[in-house]
Amino acid sequence: MSFPWLTILMVVPLVGAAVVAALPRSRPELAKWAALVVSLVSLAVSLGVLSQYDLDGAGYQLAEQHEWIAALGVHYAVGVDGIGLTLILMTTILVPIVIIAGWNDADGARWSVGTFFALMLALEGLVIGVFAATDVFLFYVLFEAALVPAYFLIGGYGGARRSYAALKFLMFSLAGGLLMLASVIGMWALSNSQGDPSFLLADMKDLSIGTVEGRWLFMGFFIAFAVKAPMVPLHTWLPDAASAATPGTSVLLVSVLDKLGTFGMIRFCLGLFPEASEWASPVVITLAVVSILYGALLAIGQDHLMRLIAFTSVSHFGFIVLGIFALTTQSASGATFYMFNHGLSTAALFLIAGFLIQRRGSARISDFGGVQKIAPITAGLFLIAGLASLSLPGLATFVGEFLVLAGTFTRSPTAAVFATLGIVLAALYILLMYQRTMTGPLRDDNRGVTDMVPREIVAIAPVVVLLIGFGLFPQPILDVINPAVSDTLDHVQIGDPEPQTPSFPTAEGSSK
Amino acid sequence: MTSLSTVVLAASEHADVVPVAADGVFSWLWLVVAIPAVSAAILLIGDGAGDHGPLDRFGHLLGTLAAIASFVVGLVAFIALLGQDVAERAITHDLWTWMQVGGFDVTMSVYYDQLAALFVLLITGVGSLIHVYSIGYMADDPRKRRFFGFLNLFIAAMLVLVLAGDYLVLFLGWEGVGLASYLLIGFWQEKRSAAVAAKKAFVVNRVGDLGLALGIMLMFAQFGTTNIHDVGLNVANASQGVATALGLLLLLGACGKSAQVPLQSWLLDAMEGPTPVSALIHAATMVTAGVYLVVRSAAIYDLSEVARTAVVVVGAVTLLYGAWIGCAKDDIKKALAGSTMSQIGYMMLAAGLGPAGYAFAIFHLITHGFFKANMFLGAGSVMHGMNDDVDMRHYGALRTMMPVTFVTFAMGYLAIIGFPGFSGFFSKDKVIEAAFATNFWAGLAALVGAGVTAFYMTRVMIMTFFGEKRWREGVHPHESPKIMTVPLIVLAALSVGGGALLFSSWIVDWLAPVTGEEHHELPVPPIVITAIIVLVVAAGIALAYVLFGRRAIPDTAPQKVSVFTRAGRADLYGDAVNEALFMRPGQYLTRSLVYVDGSGIDGAVNGTAELVGDGARGLRRLQTGFVRTYAAEIFGGALVLVLALLAVNLA
Repeated sequence: MSFPWLTILMVVPLVGAAVVAALPRSRPELAKWAALVVSLVSLAVSLGVLSQYDLDGAGYQLAEQHEWIAALGVHYAVGVDGIGLTLILMTTILVPIVIIAGWNDADGARWSVGTFFALMLALEGLVIGVFAATDVFLFYVLFEAALVPAYFLIGGYGGARRSYAALKFLMFSLAGGLLMLASVIGMWALSNSQGDPSFLLADMKDLSIGTVEGRWLFMGFFIAFAVKAPMVPLHTWLPDAASAATPGTSVLLVSVLDKLGTFGMIRFCLGLFPEASEWASPVVITLAVVSILYGALLAIGQDHLMRLIAFTSVSHFGFIVLGIFALTTQSASGATFYMFNHGLSTAALFLIAGFLIQRRGSARISDFGGVQKIAPITAGLFLIAGLASLSLPGLATFVGEFLVLAGTFTRSPTAAVFATLGIVLAALYILLMYQRTMTGPLRDDNRGVTDMVPREIVAIAPVVVLLIGFGLFPQPILDVINPAVSDTLDHVQIGDPEPQTPSFPTAEGSSK
Repeated sequence: MTSLSTVVLAASEHADVVPVAADGVFSWLWLVVAIPAVSAAILLIGDGAGDHGPLDRFGHLLGTLAAIASFVVGLVAFIALLGQDVAERAITHDLWTWMQVGGFDVTMSVYYDQLAALFVLLITGVGSLIHVYSIGYMADDPRKRRFFGFLNLFIAAMLVLVLAGDYLVLFLGWEGVGLASYLLIGFWQEKRSAAVAAKKAFVVNRVGDLGLALGIMLMFAQFGTTNIHDVGLNVANASQGVATALGLLLLLGACGKSAQVPLQSWLLDAMEGPTPVSALIHAATMVTAGVYLVVRSAAIYDLSEVARTAVVVVGAVTLLYGAWIGCAKDDIKKALAGSTMSQIGYMMLAAGLGPAGYAFAIFHLITHGFFKANMFLGAGSVMHGMNDDVDMRHYGALRTMMPVTFVTFAMGYLAIIGFPGFSGFFSKDKVIEAAFATNFWAGLAALVGAGVTAFYMTRVMIMTFFGEKRWREGVHPHESPKIMTVPLIVLAALSVGGGALLFSSWIVDWLAPVTGEEHHELPVPPIVITAIIVLVVAAGIALAYVLFGRRAIPDTAPQKVSVFTRAGRADLYGDAVNEALFMRPGQYLTRSLVYVDGSGIDGAVNGTAELVGDGARGLRRLQTGFVRTYAAEIFGGALVLVLALLAVNLA
């Protein structure tokens, strides 16, 4: 048997979580360092996974499979394709960053510091499991299990309205999860009626599903994912959760946990229900465009920094969903790359906003003004994070966004045109926020805002480096993503639209 | 407008260009971008490293050297290009694959041809002069190092724009210069007006970017490529509708970047930036990127008369619009900004004429780059001596106090009004001639514009350098240091001699392989048009002299003025229109959506939750804890069950 890379990758943070939680409460610093070490080990293991991953290989790699509940056909089965691997890397990159940035966030909380970081590591392990699961039942279990640490992170360590926000988050997710459970059971029933039941993704892909059943089952999955994603009108839990949680939790929630939704759409909606996905695509595309514009307009109207960033994410998730359901290789690869980059850029925004809020003692944008003068490094990094959020070319987010738009344009120019309006709105919400917080004369009540300390700079710097680096050289990651996306779309059996104008005879190779 | 018969000819000419792979000096062209980019990175990252380090003391020198080094590389490449055979003057160099997904393949490539070569020289040449000037102008600014970092960033991005071999790479430069512009307009960001102006410039430009981005998407959907050369070849097979759509979308982008009506409103506010920025970005280079885009996309415009007409209309409207504003402003920088809009209008108009005008658009773009940079830097020199006052009503009689500034500014002045022999005379004359040869109304607009230009520039000249002293107390005008006046002298020389580019039609022949060439016969001998232009210009000067030279200039702007002046002072109500059409409805929309989201969508969620809660509270009442109640409930339940069974059995 080959080395169980993925199991190790999942187990390291989970065991780490148990260890950190068990450390004595009187030694908070020890817990912090332990958590950081565990997260860095996870990062190293994930890089090991990357080194083992064969770019030219097909299907799921580093696969492991063991029978779990034989009677039901449930397996412990994991494996990664380029999509899962990209998102696993995003997760393992972000967790150490969040731990460093949130070093002191749990110091004054009711619950122990160790528990805070243990919950983060537990969440990391479970999410990695979701990205790696190749058994539908295992996926479902981990998908729901990941809610538990998230719930306690919000409810245990957040701000004033943490209980309301945590409950709201849980109720939304559980409601979606319930629908998915119904679909999972439905899939099992189908599998059972067509021979030996099996929850393996590979087996379920081969089931013959009637058109009508397929569409109902699709909807169960889709709605669960749309709640997570979050898509308008199922988004209202997010701003509350993001504004009540600690900045680090918000990052894990929005950058990582929400990706389970869009990841699920590619792997399960497109993978299991190709016909239904194509059938639903006009409606989903419409909802995605609505999310883009609606999220952006609401972001413009916010006076709360964290809520504003949360709404920008609603808009960005609209782009991701649009890319997935436009069903072209460009748009879907773009959407996957967008997931990765959105994770980075949103993390930077949430964390820097968190630094600002902590120093100013208020999250209201109207309470800020002129901070640039006394905190130039914070201002510079905040601006770069903001520019990433508005997808400035040269930063990684642009690559994803433009691929989504260009791909969508070949399928539905109308949707692309409306979605592109989002780039103007994005400029407004980011630059208004920057203008109101950072520029203008320094307000007297802002004089206490100090610049970022080295620990905070260390947390943000890698994000900035990655955003710029992948902005100019995105191809290494695209090379990981492309084969997986092609496989998925081949399964949907809908090819990319051909260029509409016949090529000029001499055009071939003329530029080379 | 021209008949379509010329169109086919022009398109076939573009097909003749076969790019050759770069070798020798051309394979080092990426350095022109890399040098200022690396310098910018050093200056900006070093920004966080603390104050008063060596970078603070020498950073501005590093930035200036980077710009000059870039110019040297550009100059060497240009000389090498002169030595190339005409058929081998389009050179490509693929650097790396930027992004490739399925059929979407974008290469980071350098495309260096006759057009790009001129731009590289203009950007790095004028850019270097402005860097040198800024050493003096920004000498006392505590954040000087950052300023030079931003300037370097701008140079790098602008060079990406003009050297791009792919529309998406061009877009990278396009947005890069937008970012640099944003950072530099808002350089003094503790001033609220500067911060607001910077944001406005970026957002209005994004509206234009919408057009460029959609245009690139349309190219990919139609041709499966966004390579500029390949798009140019393939567009010949496309339908009229596609060519027109592409032309109009690119025009929208051009309008944003080049401050053309209806996206003009940001440029006047952009004068909040330090004056060298106004000279470099908002006069000589970045704002002309729209013209570059249209000329670079000649293959597309050649195929669509509708798109060309739209370009001409935009140019004609803007050239009059900007000139009108230029007449009414007392702020010297805003008067010059109105003039910039107007002059770019000329270039647009010329570009819209097709192969008959492309070369003249670029010719005027270059001479304008010289004389407008010259005048902006001159204005900066004046402000430097006047304690940063920009109100021309507080100037007067400065010619003796600032002789070098005066003489160099005068050279720019004579060039822009088109005084015979100066660079602007040749370039504007050609634009007006070409316009008349194609369409009478376009020609007339350009002719009238020339008269108005002479009027407002004479007004600026008189109010600043002639007449009575109207200086405020405590202001002691003085000439600027050498580091500032030397660039002025160089630019003044170029303003005078820039017309040499037209010597024996050099620039027209040089650009012909890129833009095609076409000559429309004028109904009258060209000398007649030239004579008329000179007369109109003389009339403009005379009128300005009568109004401003022979009367005293009021110390404060008179309020009882004609509607024309009032409209000009209000930028022809451009902001008012934007506010009424977009800002207020937009604010209303966002506010109502925030309300709907809170009370409608989320209200429904919380409402449902409350309903469930209420229901549960109602049900809870049944659980009283008293045995008698439970007994009654059991009895009730049994009764219902029995009755139900009976009902079923009896039915």
